[in-house]
Amino acid sequence: MQAFAALLDALSYQPARNAKLRLIETYLRETPDPDRGWALAALTSGLDFPAAKPALLRGFGEDKIGAELFHLSYDYVGDLAETLSLIWETDPNAGPPPTLGEVVDTLQTATKMQTPAILKRWLDSLDATGRWALLKLLTGALRVGVSARLAKQAVANIGNQPVDAVEEIWHGLTPPYRPLFDWLLHDAPRPSSNAGGAFLPPMLANAIERAELDALDPAHFRAEWKWDGIRVQVASSGDVKRLYSRAGEDVSAAFPDIIEAIDFEGVFDGELLVRRDETVAPFNDLQQRLNRKVVTPKMLKDHPAHIRLYDVLWLEGEDLRALSFDQRRARLEAWNAEKPRARFDVSPLVVFTDWAHLAQLREQMTSDGIEGLMLKRGDSAYLAGRPKGPWFKWKRDPMLVDCVLMYAQRGHGKRSSFYSDFTFGCWREAAGKRELAPVGKAYFGFTDEELRWLDKWVRDHTTNRFGPVREVAPELVLEIAFDGIARSTRHKSGLAMRFPRINRIRTDKPAAEADTIDNLLRLLGTAGVENPAESAYVTAP
Amino acid sequence: MTDTLDPRSWLYPTPRGLYCKPGDFYIDPAVAVPRAVITHGHGDHARPGHRKALATPETLAIMRTRFEGMADTSQQPLKYGESVRIGEVDVELAPAGHILGSAQAVLAFKGQRIVVSGDFKRRPDPTCPPFEPIPCDVFITEATFALPVFHHPSDMGEIGKLLRSVATFPERTHLVGVYALGKCQRVIKLLRAAGWDKRIWLHGSLMALCKLYQEQGVDLGDIAHVGDAILETFRGAIVLCPPSALADRWSRRFADPVPAVCSGWMRVRARARQSGAELPLIISDHADWGELCQTLKDVGAPKVWVTHGREEALVHMARSLGIDAEALHLAGREEEGT
Ligand SMILES: [Zn+2]
Ligand SMILES: [Zn+2]
Repeated sequence: MQAFAALLDALSYQPARNAKLRLIETYLRETPDPDRGWALAALTSGLDFPAAKPALLRGFGEDKIGAELFHLSYDYVGDLAETLSLIWETDPNAGPPPTLGEVVDTLQTATKMQTPAILKRWLDSLDATGRWALLKLLTGALRVGVSARLAKQAVANIGNQPVDAVEEIWHGLTPPYRPLFDWLLHDAPRPSSNAGGAFLPPMLANAIERAELDALDPAHFRAEWKWDGIRVQVASSGDVKRLYSRAGEDVSAAFPDIIEAIDFEGVFDGELLVRRDETVAPFNDLQQRLNRKVVTPKMLKDHPAHIRLYDVLWLEGEDLRALSFDQRRARLEAWNAEKPRARFDVSPLVVFTDWAHLAQLREQMTSDGIEGLMLKRGDSAYLAGRPKGPWFKWKRDPMLVDCVLMYAQRGHGKRSSFYSDFTFGCWREAAGKRELAPVGKAYFGFTDEELRWLDKWVRDHTTNRFGPVREVAPELVLEIAFDGIARSTRHKSGLAMRFPRINRIRTDKPAAEADTIDNLLRLLGTAGVENPAESAYVTAP
Repeated sequence: MTDTLDPRSWLYPTPRGLYCKPGDFYIDPAVAVPRAVITHGHGDHARPGHRKALATPETLAIMRTRFEGMADTSQQPLKYGESVRIGEVDVELAPAGHILGSAQAVLAFKGQRIVVSGDFKRRPDPTCPPFEPIPCDVFITEATFALPVFHHPSDMGEIGKLLRSVATFPERTHLVGVYALGKCQRVIKLLRAAGWDKRIWLHGSLMALCKLYQEQGVDLGDIAHVGDAILETFRGAIVLCPPSALADRWSRRFADPVPAVCSGWMRVRARARQSGAELPLIISDHADWGELCQTLKDVGAPKVWVTHGREEALVHMARSLGIDAEALHLAGREEEGT
């Protein structure tokens, strides 16, 4: 555990990618099985403990130093696991600290009742760094700046293999990955690549702007709408039928309607949507299904799931990924034409002559189920990761509105010493008086430099404090960009923004000239107003 | 001790700083005043321009090194343990263990004693005498690290981390960010105690105060100015610099440096990452949570005023010990980075 803790600690302070790789490689080479396998699982989010809920950690902390002091400490540190690791004291009589394998084994067999006592003993025996690593592990949030991809790269490096050779077989493997290490370090055969039902690393696009398009030849590219749902992969082989999120998370359980409708063999790339008759429902409807642990018959009926297919990776036992996009597309369309299915359809291509024409089509598209356009080279093979050049996403322009900063709160983690969570409002008339009503909260959009500026502004213009929140003089105008707006009964203003962020700090604009609630209501426009759902987003035009 | 005398009637905060009325002087004032008592040489306590300044001889020497125009200030040195009367108040300076020359101001008036402890720490420091607990009626304490999360580990352990890193990366230069006054010289002494007898290189802005420490009898061993080196590659070397220089053009002269920062704040990850340190070292010249609580018990004052940092937690703790504690807001105190 201490070696793993030292690795996480060093990683968390190491900004350079290559140095991170070296640290992980060294650890994997020097640490015996099964610890290194568990560590790899932890770095790739492959460990799932039911062990430590935030409430348990908070309870530990409050028992140790009292609720008041624990609250003050947590407020300062901004991270629950770290706070607990710092206020706890090492007990020299607690015996040797556990190994990583011991931690995993113990937790997998311990009952819920036993867990707290075991955890306390471990906390007593570890030092502050060890406690931090243990608690990060148990709360499932390592956050040491290592992506699963980087960890797999490190693993591939120790056996001098390309990372995709590891990706290919990854979903057929389970922690602690002994066959993987045997292959990479001890000349054992490569574990088998089993495409059937396994998640295949998806191909991702880079963002592009109008001006950059002119450098590209439109004849090389195909365009399709980017639907406002969730990118998924449908994988089916024999009895195995699965639905994966883009990150490879198995979400089959939440979508039995989709799973039941799979009557084919293959792996497809598509967008998960809620669709009623011919209409794609707002993103919010899909979110309601995602958030359910148990899917009720009513939910299945009112929020029917649908998959709009973009691509095919495997079809009936054949790997198509090396083919060009045009070839795969032809196979996909032929397959679909053979037997149309109610819950699956193929996303149509958008036909265009040149970029100006495509820009025009993009402007004209006002449907709220569309996030923008995808551009894919006709000759592009299906490559794992985010290769530069073959695929682009051209998002819609965000909506903009000028708001007035009302409250600021300290951020968490890296931003814990800055006021970085901003609540802003718009003007409204109430009882003959003009007042600000909060309309949203933004945590990003600004640069480090702007954050420092905002932080200082907040400190210099505080008029009131409520715990960690500062109220500020209503004097600073922020231009807020957002992707959609919906009615909401949970917000005082009756509105909820989707993905709001600070686009610009408008020191040039007097606060009195910021937007009004009425302006925002107008943005709701037509699509959202009569929607019966509690809140329905209208996306940016 | 008189029960009827309200200590706030003769020592209280004003916009210029903490003011002692019967002595007509300020303690560590935020602006230039006619008469000041200075606890120690750090910038948020010692400022130039006072007409009269009373401090330990070491602190006055530090002020002369740091400030121009000190000749215009009438300087009154007072050694630890000696006493002087100003107006109706007896003033004595007692060691605070914070940096060279640092003192607690012990003020006695009409049988009541208030200790203004300035900044202090409780663990041994080879550059200054240890903190001396003085029994008193009111104890004014700093609260820089007044949260239970702040526990400074052993300083030799942290120096060990630095030396292990030097051994692991012998081809790299270890750039260690330290405050020019106090931290710098203490880290040098700790390195010497850990057996590092090679030359220690210094950023130009650290030279003057190191020279002063040497003049005051603190042996720092072989130290030299980075700017004077011509053929030196600094591979495997330890170079001390102010924390701000780590991200500066200046640091580019070193090939692939390991940036380290010595500060009590390094205990908290978000703060350590903000500092840009790859090697955060928890070495502080302030008392940690345990030492602050212990000090309240050691001085046994029935009244405690808390200033300079995270007052809330320490006030809470003091009250739970049965002490009449409250926060005291002083002008001109920025968060200190040491
Ligand atoms: Zn100080
Ligand atoms: Zn200070």
